[in-house]
This record gives sequence, structure tokens and C-alpha cells, in this order.
Amino acid sequence: MKLREIAHSRTGDKGNTSNISVIAYDPRHFPLLQQQVTAERVRAHFAGVVEGEVVRYELPNIAALNFVMDQTLGGGVTRSLALDAHGKSLSSALLDLEIDDGHTS
Amino acid sequence: MRTIRIGSGAGYSGDRIEPAVELAEKGDIDYLVFECLGERTVALAQQARMRNPEAGYDPLLEERMRAVLPLCAARGIKIVTNMGAANPEAAARKTADIARSLGLSKLKIAAVVGDDVLDACKSHDLPIMEFDGTIKQLGNKLLSANAYLGAEPMAEALSAGADVVITGRASDPALFLAPMIHAFGWAMDDWNLLGRGTVAGHLLECAGQITGGYFADPGYKDIPDLARLGFPIGEVGEDGSLVVTKVPGSGGAVTAQTCKEQLLYEVHDPQKYFQPDVVADFSQVCVEEIAPDRVRVSGGRGTKRTDTLKVSVGYVDSFIGEGQISYAGPGALARGRLALDIVRERLKLTGVSTSELRFDLIGMDSLHGPQVSAHGNEPYEVRVRVTGRTENLREAVRIGNEVETLYTNGPAGGGGAWKSARDVVAVASVLLPRELAKPHVRFVEA
Repeated sequence: MKLREIAHSRTGDKGNTSNISVIAYDPRHFPLLQQQVTAERVRAHFAGVVEGEVVRYELPNIAALNFVMDQTLGGGVTRSLALDAHGKSLSSALLDLEIDDGHTS
Repeated sequence: MRTIRIGSGAGYSGDRIEPAVELAEKGDIDYLVFECLGERTVALAQQARMRNPEAGYDPLLEERMRAVLPLCAARGIKIVTNMGAANPEAAARKTADIARSLGLSKLKIAAVVGDDVLDACKSHDLPIMEFDGTIKQLGNKLLSANAYLGAEPMAEALSAGADVVITGRASDPALFLAPMIHAFGWAMDDWNLLGRGTVAGHLLECAGQITGGYFADPGYKDIPDLARLGFPIGEVGEDGSLVVTKVPGSGGAVTAQTCKEQLLYEVHDPQKYFQPDVVADFSQVCVEEIAPDRVRVSGGRGTKRTDTLKVSVGYVDSFIGEGQISYAGPGALARGRLALDIVRERLKLTGVSTSELRFDLIGMDSLHGPQVSAHGNEPYEVRVRVTGRTENLREAVRIGNEVETLYTNGPAGGGGAWKSARDVVAVASVLLPRELAKPHVRFVEA
């Protein structure tokens, strides 16, 4: 299944760094997010977009992960050549990530 | 326990105006905060002020103030805003003029000044955080340097009886923290209270982003009545407790989900949310729906503030030229790709000097690049977009021209060409020893 089925997400920007939250609709899915939505997978998913490091923070109280992606916004929101200089649409791309829910469908 | 109700009337400079009027009219609020100052807005406003000493504040100040001042004056609602941009004193004088013209006398308008730290930054030649270089190395490209001030001068203005407090650059959550410090007498070293207040300010500062804006995803996250989106109200207790809500009957929704998304918006390490007044810790925050459109947020904490203030430095970075043209129907994608190839070659052939170029197909890969978008379907129409960074306006203009000439020289059926060329004012950051910024308050009476 897609990550979109079990989580929602929002992107924020600061300078050339983008952060993307991934929040489980149901807290019971949080372990699945912890196991499968790793910083390495997120970095690979954003190949060609993220130039720097990806760091993951965990917020178990709200069943959320926060990904901080360095060197992602074309040199910074105020100077980027990109159509979406803020990277606001990146959260939707992340929700396309494939999640293995342990069932064969 | 004493509680205050703070309404958030704008999340950015161009935001809708009626939701703020609705808050003042029906929100039973004590304070109305307008956050209107983007990252580079101060730098642009500084340029405006250099051309005209009475300019340099938010262009919508007059419209917003005219819309809410009579209601706020009648109900005793205090206004706090960063619409002062590069010229808070002129904004205060303008607001006093507006108040008089509306027949409102005796309003006390306060301007918080001192965020402009250009001289201090120049004399200390501070290193830039985002790239290798220092303030001095920016030379005559340097436009402005404004420190993110904390809540203290705004709280001081409120305690001195201000009805309207107008700042320039200040931390966004501090606009909300100031009324709490003023109303509850919080000590400026009670880090946990300041941390909790910062959670509240952070959640409220983007206005509609916590009431269902920037959130709806049909079938997954449905939000009613976004055209009449209500802006949020924070009910803050003197112990820093918080309930987020909105005006009954307004559009949108306040849910645990909207609050969680906004909690992490523009946050990096949730344990270290650096503010001028405190380092806030969001990592233990809990969110609980207690009634429809009422969400309790608890668990915010804080630790001692740092010895530096973040300073936003505006500078002339470069020029950007851009051109766009559309193709549709069968083969649209192939013609769009051909168009990009032609422009790529033309820019080389004609020797356009650029330091960076970008070739996008809107509808295909313009948002996330060719790799992330590789598995997308072929669209009915695509829009070619070529952008490039140049050293001067003349070169920037040539980029759009090379797209426009595709009309008569490019693939079949290109339509709707558009071009632009502009200068780029960018921002970078430095950290300034906090004692070098000297904020103070000046009053104007209407």
C-alpha cells in the first residue's frame, strides 16, 4: 500500500532546508512508520531533489516522524529557480512511498 | 485560572482580510495578532524606505487597519503585528492617521524599533550561516540586516497601555508570546512557561494553516467550507495551557490532525526550536480533541535562551530570466521535450551567460524533477518552462526571448508564451551577540 493510506504529511521550509512531517492517522501504525519510513528511504525517494543529508526525528506522543532535508530548495526559497520554490508540494510526493503492511494483496 | 483569547488574523502579508474581521466581531478575543512579514520582505521594504522615508511598511497595513480598528477599539481588543516591516514608526504614524480618520481618538499606538542591526553586523563582520562568506564580503550587495527580536519590547508596550503594537522583524511566535507575558506577568527566565507559550504562538502564527488550510486532500482529509475558512483562536491559561479553536459557524476545522501538522511546520529538531526568548521543546507535546473544533495542546517545555539573535540579511543575489510555452494533444510531451532541447541549444549558440539553468515540463516533472516523476503518466498538455540565473538584467531577458521565439521557430502548436526577467533579493542569516541589538518602544497617539 501507499504511505498515503496510513499517514498524512506537511512540508515546511527554512532557507535551503525542507522539513516533511509524516503523521500516522492511527497511532497503531506508528511502529510501521518507524520501521519502514527511514531517512535512507526518504533520501532515495527524493533522488535528484535532495542534495544534502536527511535527518529523521521521532515524536511518539503524536505518532509522527519529522524529516529534515538539507540542500533541497534550489539554494534557498528566496533565490531558487524552481516553480515550487518553497517545496510545498514535496509532502505529496512522499505519501507515494510504498509501505509493506505484511499482507499480500 | 486566568485565561486570555488570542486571535490570529493573518498568516502572511497577502492573507484574506475577512477572517480577521470575523475574529474581532464574533471571536470574543482579547488580542488580535497579524503575522505579515516573510523572510525577504524586510529587505524589499528597506529598498522602498530608501526611496521614500515614510514608506517601507506593509502595503496592506491601511486596508487591514481600516477593517479591524473600529471593532477592536469598541471591544478593547489589542492588536499586535509585524506590519511595520522596515519602518515601524511610519507604520505607527499611518495607523494613528487612520484611527483619527475613523473618529477613534486616544488610541495608543506603539512602534518597536531596533531590529535594524545593519551597522552592528557590518562592524563585527559576522560569518554567514548558509554559505562560506562574511557580511563584509557581500560588499555593496548588502541591503539590510534585521534581528529577530523577542517578545519583551512588545510586552513592555502592552504594559505601558498600547492598543496597537507594531514591530518590524520579530520572531513570529513572539508576537503571540508578548500578550501572554504582559497578561500573566511571566518571568523572562521561566523557560517552561516561555516554551509553552512558544508552542501556542507557533501553532497560531500561520492563521488558516491550523484551521484546515494547506491541509485538505479529498477522500482522505476533507475540510468543509474552505472559501469561508475561519482563522484560529488560542485560549491560553496563565500556566501556559492551550486550547485551539475558531469562531463557531466559520469554515474549516480544528482537529488533532490539523494541529499535529502545524506543530511540525518549519520545525527541524523538535527538542530545539530556537527562539529569541527561549529554546522551545516540542518533543513531548500532546494533542487531544476535547469537543468539535476544540483541541487541547499540552506538554510544551523550554530551556534557557541562547546568547545570540538570528539576523536575517538581505542582499542582491542575482537576476532570473524565465520563459514558458504550452503544447497539447497527441505528442504534446514529445514536442515539449523538443522545445526544451531547442532552447538549451539556442542559449549555447547565442552565448547567453548563466550560472544556473533549469528546464521543466509543467504537468510532467516541474515540481519534483525527472527522477521522482519518472513513473507519471503522459499528460494531455505540458508547459515548457526554462529559467536561468544571470549576473544582469540584459542576460536574464535573453532567456525568456529564446522561449518566446519558439512560436515561429519551434515545434508545432506552441501557445501561450510568457516571459519575465527580475532581480533577486535573497536572504541569508548570521548570529549576532544579543547585547548588540537594542530594541525600544516609541509611542504615537491618535
